[in-house]
Amino acid sequence: MFDLIKARARHGYQAIPDPLTVSIHEKFPGRPDLSDKADLSELNILCPNSAFTDRGLDLGKCLFCGLCEREHPDWIQFNPDFKLAADSREKLIIAPGQTRMPEIAAIGNGVFKRSFAMRNVSAGGCNACELELGASTNVNFDILRYGVEIVASPRHADALILTGPISKHMAEALCDTWQAIPKPKFLILCGACAISGGIFAASSELDRGFLKHWQACLYIPGCPAHPLSIVHGIHQLMGAK
Amino acid sequence: MTRNPFSVQNPDQLEFLEFSERLSRLIAAGYSPLHYFGTPQGLLYSIMGKSGSLELLCSVFPTGGSYPAFSQKILAFTMFERLLYEEYGIKPEGHPWLKAVRKHLPGQDQHSDYEFLASESPALHEVGVGPVHAGVIEPGHFRFICKGEIVEHLEIQLGYQHRGVEELMLKGDITRKCSLAESIAGDTAIGHNLAYCLLIEELCGIKASATGTRNIALELERVAMHLADLSALAADVAYIMGQNLFAALRTTVINSSLAICGSRFGKRWLCPGGVNYSISTAQAEVLRKTLQGVETQIIDCAEAMFANSSVLSRFDDTGKLKFEDAVSLGLTGITAKASGVMADARMDYPLDDESIFIPLTENAGDVYARAHLRYKEALQSLKLVLSELDKRDLDDPLPQELGKPRPDTIACSIVEGWRGCIVHMAKTDAIGKVEWYKIVDPSLMNWQALALVMRGTGISDFPICNKSFDLSYCGSDL
Repeated sequence: MFDLIKARARHGYQAIPDPLTVSIHEKFPGRPDLSDKADLSELNILCPNSAFTDRGLDLGKCLFCGLCEREHPDWIQFNPDFKLAADSREKLIIAPGQTRMPEIAAIGNGVFKRSFAMRNVSAGGCNACELELGASTNVNFDILRYGVEIVASPRHADALILTGPISKHMAEALCDTWQAIPKPKFLILCGACAISGGIFAASSELDRGFLKHWQACLYIPGCPAHPLSIVHGIHQLMGAK
Repeated sequence: MTRNPFSVQNPDQLEFLEFSERLSRLIAAGYSPLHYFGTPQGLLYSIMGKSGSLELLCSVFPTGGSYPAFSQKILAFTMFERLLYEEYGIKPEGHPWLKAVRKHLPGQDQHSDYEFLASESPALHEVGVGPVHAGVIEPGHFRFICKGEIVEHLEIQLGYQHRGVEELMLKGDITRKCSLAESIAGDTAIGHNLAYCLLIEELCGIKASATGTRNIALELERVAMHLADLSALAADVAYIMGQNLFAALRTTVINSSLAICGSRFGKRWLCPGGVNYSISTAQAEVLRKTLQGVETQIIDCAEAMFANSSVLSRFDDTGKLKFEDAVSLGLTGITAKASGVMADARMDYPLDDESIFIPLTENAGDVYARAHLRYKEALQSLKLVLSELDKRDLDDPLPQELGKPRPDTIACSIVEGWRGCIVHMAKTDAIGKVEWYKIVDPSLMNWQALALVMRGTGISDFPICNKSFDLSYCGSDL
């Protein structure tokens, strides 16, 4: 008993007081600053995942591996800004000179602002996004404080949060789970794999047909997505204050 | 051969009969397979290991497409022979259970065609769980055949995470596959990426100098994941204090990785030729202080947890894995060590000649043993990191130039990840292009342990048994 009290006392208070305004360690590679002088086609040749387009850097493909920054620090610098989520695929492309992500449109006219239930489906990923999604509920990040819950049954869910690039063998189970969620329902894509196939995009073992039928309302970049990016994105999506 | 990583050029291609005889001799001498697989070139390879020595054998495919299964002699071949049949249709006759591992068997069309083992007995009932589970976890299917609450048989059906990692390794420049190696199992990003980096360096004929930083990265990953498991085990027996304290401690440890390389999982830290981010003197000081604090807190939390009678009543004597089973199935890592098997790649196949490492073990083989061993190993790894911080030359040089992979070379690297023994192998062709790339995650073998310990165990103990092994779906499915 006294052992436990001692352990608890030493643990102290570890929750991040406000995960929306906290500053993260400067080493964290978040929103990139892309210089006007950057040669995007040269950066694209360098990029292991071909994440650069002629319009900028696609955060939906970016693995945040830092290779471009290490080779060309004058062209691109990653900031420790974890607010990376966007409400459309287009908005994930960071243009040269862009200094922040666009606002995220809230869903449901305020209905979800104090309560939002999500069902996770892991489909062919590497378990890093799953661990980070789990971590967003731990004592440090504590997404539950905003009324967000990760539920066991799709019947109890408002949204499906997908991690992984959707392997062929998970395509059916993903559809079944989605069908089991009552309307209105929302789709959230968490991590580079879910958004674009990520590092596995070229694999013949994927079946991303599900995403042709259903439109996501939130895209959370990262490889894996950081818990703070997840908390921020979902908080904005709910329209919480 | 005893060196790790090692390479050979043009090994003898034996006739299958001779290959089989030499394998039998090695098995009789106490060797067990680290990998055994076929290649698209019509060749079989087996890498056999016995505490410190490694043997690579190569053969042509057996004529007639079948042969007497090696699994009959030593069960450690079971998973490899299942894969061989699935991938190339070569039938190991007399194999205990030729079930597909990742896709489907020859003659079937798809993964979902599989028919589970079933029983007609009215005394038995079946329980199916997955592939979508109740929590935030990877997909897999568990089919229990139960008599009342007691599990008579557990069948584990995997492959849902299969995304073609070994094929993707062959697309494009093999020396630029760090991100892919890190995504073999994201929770073992350092373990798999280290195996990949060592393999590429061996293929290119160089030796990187950043051993100290790499060891720190590997051991930090072990500490973090053991803490994650202790947290999850505490959660499964409703010991909420342990769940929260261990999870917070893990956060502290992985945030230390972030402070060095930018990733909580140590992604982007290592690269072939060295490391992308070395540890500065100031960072080393912060890391030392943080880890000393973590050490004290781990001891606090774990001593309180392992003295709690409600925790002990669930952990003790639950899910016992026998020493003999762990040895014969060729299991590795915590799974084997908690059943008294003295096996650890850091001891058996050390990456540098100076290191002397003695693994910790437990004997009971139950959930308690696996949980308690994680606690002891976390402390041991913290000590290793702290001693590396004391002795290492700070500021590693920039990554070495790799050059081109040598032609006609087979290389192999072995790393003790936090789950157990990781093996990566690859072969280059006459112009130095990679012909095949093979990966073994310890989970591939260790899943069998979970099925085994569930026999005769109450179905309500499945979650803690599962968590006590904490195996990887994506590492096994590739």
